[in-house]
This record gives sequence, C-alpha cells and structure tokens, in this order.
Amino acid sequence: MVDLPRIVITGVGLTSPNGNSLDEYRANLLAGKSGVSPWEIRHFGKTVAGQCDFEATRYQSRKALRRGTRAGSIAIYCSHEAVANSQLDLDHLGRDRVGVYVGITEHGNVETEEQIHEVSQYDFDLSFWSHHHNPRTVANNPAGEVTLSLPVTGPHYAIGGACAGGNLGIIQGAQMLQLGEVDAALAGGVSESIHTFGIFASFKSEGALGHHEDPTQVSRPFDKDRNGIVVSEGGCMYTLERLEDAQRRGAPIMAEILGWHVNSDATDFVLPNPERQNQCMRSAIQRAGLSPEDIHIVNTHSTSTPLGDIQECRAVNEVFCDSSKTSINNTKSFIGHTMGAAGALELAGNLPSFTDGFVHPTINVQNLDPDCAMRGLVLQEPHKNDKVETILNLSFGMLGINSAVIIGRPTF
Amino acid sequence: MTNEDIVQAIKDIIITIAPDEEVAGLKLDVSLRDQIELDSMDFLDIVMELRKRYGVNVPEEDYKELASLQSCVDYLAPHLADKELVAH
Repeated sequence: MVDLPRIVITGVGLTSPNGNSLDEYRANLLAGKSGVSPWEIRHFGKTVAGQCDFEATRYQSRKALRRGTRAGSIAIYCSHEAVANSQLDLDHLGRDRVGVYVGITEHGNVETEEQIHEVSQYDFDLSFWSHHHNPRTVANNPAGEVTLSLPVTGPHYAIGGACAGGNLGIIQGAQMLQLGEVDAALAGGVSESIHTFGIFASFKSEGALGHHEDPTQVSRPFDKDRNGIVVSEGGCMYTLERLEDAQRRGAPIMAEILGWHVNSDATDFVLPNPERQNQCMRSAIQRAGLSPEDIHIVNTHSTSTPLGDIQECRAVNEVFCDSSKTSINNTKSFIGHTMGAAGALELAGNLPSFTDGFVHPTINVQNLDPDCAMRGLVLQEPHKNDKVETILNLSFGMLGINSAVIIGRPTF
Repeated sequence: MTNEDIVQAIKDIIITIAPDEEVAGLKLDVSLRDQIELDSMDFLDIVMELRKRYGVNVPEEDYKELASLQSCVDYLAPHLADKELVAH
C-alpha cells in the first residue's frame, strides 16, 4: 500500500438499536445498555430483535419513504449524517465525484415476502403484484436510493458479502479512492433483515436463533449459555477521503484506514474456518505494516452461536496470544447481529476509543466459556487503555467470507 | 357511488400514495400532474388501488382517462355506479 494514497475517515452516520448518532451509540456501549427488545413478525410470531428508531423523515418525504425500502431509508439517513459530520460541501467537491458503496447481507427478501403476502389476499392473481417490486428489490437499491436523495451522480452499488458486507463496503470505498475513481466515498453497510420472517425461520431451522427470557440477554457471545444470534437492523456509512484531500480542506479526520484483507474459507456453506480467519487477520496486519502486538483493540465478529464463537476465539487466540497490549471486545452483545451493517457499525462503536481511551466491554457474559477465553477480553465493564492507536475489526459471513479492517488514530 | 364519491375516492387514493400532497384544493378539470407531484409510478399506484379497493381494472390504453379528477369521474362513473365509497 506504500505507493497508494492514504485513506481517512472524515465522517460517520449511523443508526443502531441503541443509538441514532455516534455519541448516543458510544455512550450506551460504555454504559452497558442493550438495544435488543421484543419483536413479532408475520408467520414467525414472537421473538427478539434489535430495532432502530431513527427519524426517517429528517431526510425523506413520506412519499419517498413509501416508495423505497427500509434498507434504502437506513442508508439515506446514515449517508446524510455522514456527509454532515464530515462537513463536506458536495457542490464544491462535485456531485459526480462521490461514490456510494453499501455492504449488504441480502436484499429483496422483505419486499418479495410482502408481495407474496399481498397477492395471497387475491388468490395469487399476479395483476396485484406491485410495479414497485423490481426497483425495490434490485441489489443496488439501498445505494441507489442514497444517490437519489443526496443527490450525487458518481457510481453506486451494493456489495453482497453476507455478514462481512459492512467491512466490504468500507474496503470498496477505500479502493475506489485509491484508484482515483471518486474523490469522496460514502461507504459502509445496512440491514433491513428483521422485516423478513424468512431469516428468523431459517436461523431457527439451523438451531442458531438465540432465546432467553430477558431480551437484553439473548445476545451473549462467549458465555457458556449462549444459544444463538439476535437478528438486528442497522446501518453505518462513513465519509472516506484521500488524506491529502481531507487535509487540504481542513476536514475533521477521525481515523486512517491502515489495512484490510478479505479471503475465503472454501470449506463449508455455514461453518467458519479458524485457519482462514487467522490468515485474514495476519494478512491485514501485515498490509498495515504492523504486528499483532501493535493492535490495541480487536473487535470480534462472534454472533453468540455455540460453535462459531469458539472457532473465532481459536483464530484470535492464535494471532494475539502474545500481545500484551491488545484488548478484545464484542459489540453484538449489545445490539445483536446487524448483518450487512455489522462490520461498519461495530467499527464505529470502537472508533471513539482513539479519543476517550476506553474499550467498550462485552456484556452478558455471566459464565465465560473456557473455549472462548482470550487474553485481553474485556467483559462487563469498560476498560481504560494506556493508549488506543489501532483497531482491528473482524466480520465474517456465510459461504466462508472473512474480512478484517484496521484503522489507526490520526497522527497528523 | 355519486360523482362526489368518485372524487373523494381518488383523493383518498392520492393521500395514500402521495401523503405529502394537499388534496383538498384540487381543481376538477385541471390535470392532476399540473397541481401535485405525481409521476408515472404514482399513476400505476392509482390504477392498482382502484383494482384493490373497487375491483376496477383500468387497461393501459385508458390510463390517459385518469388525467384529471373530472376525467376520472367521467371514465369511472359507469364502473363504480353500484360500488360504495371505501372508507380510508
């Protein structure tokens, strides 16, 4: 990466089940406040989920809300907030020089289920199938809705990467900036998955849907009694720029993207492979010009499934067992699994560590699973580090996709 | 359904599909698109809602008949004569 432009984060916009701004989200992560609550969905019935309550009409008319998708609405809210946060003047920059890269786990299931339900009310007469179905379900929908809303006329597309989608969005944005394809990238990930009954039913069929009498305690990565994931909605979009551009305009620089890596397990549809996760982490660290001892926070992907957590902990332990200054945490214990948003949103939850020095904890660990014990694992209460200069964010997904993104505290 | 009911039925549909618009002052014989922001997808929504609420199928060649409230009344009156206004 030495010959490529350096990429920085100059803004962030997000909606999480426990906060609709970075400040609110961070405060709740440090206060141990969960965002998971009861949820009921057609056909499936009662369950729990992380739900967002951002003010959608802040950036959309009621008509635009009706016409678009929930994923589009989340992406629009986050993107407007990211632009505002970065103080970027789109007209001055040139609206054709802004690219929108949105990571997704899946898209279209919500609308397809809705239309099948609708035509079922009319004996499956397809003349009642909505003309909105195609524009709502094309894979680029969430990113395209952002371009319509801002508006910007540079490239836009979604990056389908299962639950690594959020990290992939960031990586794609950084790469396009390095190639000179755009001068600013709005990049991250979104998820609307809680609005599809199929995802709950499928996780339940896999034996991977979490349950507990207290909704706030269902998501409990690393705890001996964990029994599955919590599906959540959310979104997080970053404003990314080349360092020299950001410095020239005096932008608020929140972090530098130091390195990344993406690889594939090539072993199973759903079971993760710790050897490939290990390789993914090490490759990202090497690309950043660092060693494991230089990483101050590792934000894990673990989703609270019995086997998946152990696999990741094995991989993390192998890489960081000798790293005395590395703290390890997990954000899903607060907000559940925000799917396509997870990588970007969980990175944002840790980003303020550069300024406040705290590492947010992993909550809901009453009995640590010995197979999940890791040196530096932060449990229940925030941990104050001597310094936080680097954060490694992990996100993995089905079909064996692994991603690691490393960001550094701005030093310029 | 009276002519007034048909006007109300169309206004009710517009309120649903374009909730930011003010429909109370819509003039009868001026094109809807000249008075409020409606695009081709919105007109398809009007057609869909007429089908769902009143069982009226408007063929594509007749979409132009829905241009104004008055043309809607003229076109839809025979189709809606024995229908009741649906409360929304």
